Amino acid sequence: MIVINNLHKGFKDVKVLKGISTSFEPGKTNLIIGQSGSGKTVFLKSLIGLHTPEKGTIVFDGRVNTDMSSDEKRQLRQEIGMVFQGSALFDSQTVEENVMFPLKMFTKQSDEQMLERANFVLKRVDLIGANKKFVAELSGGMQKRVAIARAIVMNPKYLFCDEPNSGLDPQTAIIIDNLIKEITEEYQITTVINTHDMNSVMEIGEKIIFLKDGKKAWEGSNNEIFKTDNEAVVNFVYSSNLFKKVRQAYLNETN
Amino acid sequence: MNYLEHIGKYFMMLKLVFRKPQRIRVFKEALSREIEELGIKSIGIIAFISFFIGGVIALQTALNLNNPLIPKSLIGFAAKRSIILEFAPTFCSIILAGKVGSYITSSIGTMRVTEQIDALEVMGINSLNYLVLPKIIATVLFYPFLIILGMVLGIFGGWLAGTLTGLFSGVDYIEGLQTDFDPYLIQYSMIKTLVFAFIIATVPSYQGYFVKGGSLEVGKASTRSVVWTTVLIVICNYLLTQMLLT
Repeated sequence: MIVINNLHKGFKDVKVLKGISTSFEPGKTNLIIGQSGSGKTVFLKSLIGLHTPEKGTIVFDGRVNTDMSSDEKRQLRQEIGMVFQGSALFDSQTVEENVMFPLKMFTKQSDEQMLERANFVLKRVDLIGANKKFVAELSGGMQKRVAIARAIVMNPKYLFCDEPNSGLDPQTAIIIDNLIKEITEEYQITTVINTHDMNSVMEIGEKIIFLKDGKKAWEGSNNEIFKTDNEAVVNFVYSSNLFKKVRQAYLNETN
Repeated sequence: MNYLEHIGKYFMMLKLVFRKPQRIRVFKEALSREIEELGIKSIGIIAFISFFIGGVIALQTALNLNNPLIPKSLIGFAAKRSIILEFAPTFCSIILAGKVGSYITSSIGTMRVTEQIDALEVMGINSLNYLVLPKIIATVLFYPFLIILGMVLGIFGGWLAGTLTGLFSGVDYIEGLQTDFDPYLIQYSMIKTLVFAFIIATVPSYQGYFVKGGSLEVGKASTRSVVWTTVLIVICNYLLTQMLLT
């Protein structure tokens, strides 16, 4: 479980995060949504330690980020899996090498054991027969699968995904969403996803946090988001006519 | 950002680079890869340029020393001195600053803008140590051999140019090479090479690692890295010459 208390972060004179408090439970897909510039990426990067918060704490299963030593922080990072927006795969390495990389760096497994583990996670993300391919030879969806495989190869307790659907066709996006949700439930990972994709919000958003101007403006589930009367959320989520109609149909059906 | 800030940031970077590698096995693999990329793949260009420039140095010297009172062996002597003292260590390093420096900046810069460096950091890997240390060790270990190759081929190019054109004889040239040979000059040349190798590995790494933006910025950083590496090589060349030869 991750608990965030009063998180603040800014760059020079610009305050990006203005006191965000929330919590993310294991085994659930937690979504962060909001307009561009609302602070989603800074929030996510603060959680994974790429930005140092100015104020506030992040508690990972009882471990407070501000009280941790360098070694504890390094240990914590080995419990974190991250899927970047552009996949961030090492393009000089093959699929297999990319997935085995964290194992090579942090375990003392033999080559055979590492290969076995890599093959297992690649199979788990339905990517078979691409072991020797380089990143440039893969489609966007396949790259995302490799990124997920690399993120889960160390059995992480926490999985963070920055816009995992960006650049994917709707069908592949749903497959990736479902894959993340399945893995989250199967391994009881605390998953936090930063997304713009409203399909993801409706499909897998067990807990949704809406950020506006660096503050948490709303939080709830995908069912609650249909019923909310929070103007900012409604304007953001139901900005397209299609989603307005979907919401109206849902409300008609439930009333 | 002012120059002092850049200098401070550069040394802060070096502090993080010089740590014990997290996995020796991974470090060795990276080192052999860098020796191939930064060293072995530069042999061709260094051999080609050294050979022809050596020829040009010998020909220019021969054409400008047409006084019958000056012995022909002086051509070999002058060519040897020019090649060992300046051409091989300095000129070849400037060529390497262009070839290798732009490669280092663009490869690390691309990793930065495509979040590959962030991915390393999130995994708990010291990205500077992982990316830059093998490059420094590779250049410092391999460039002395590359520069010695440049010296040998430059001197050989001079001999071949002279004998093919008939401007001087091979015997005179070799006599000049053997005249007043001071092994300290090789030592001086190697000290310069090690310093330049360090600059060639670290300055472009700095430029690439701290790049912000997209591919256009990576391109600009590559240009900047070649310019600054060259400027530093030239300045250090002057300082080292003054320190070691005067």
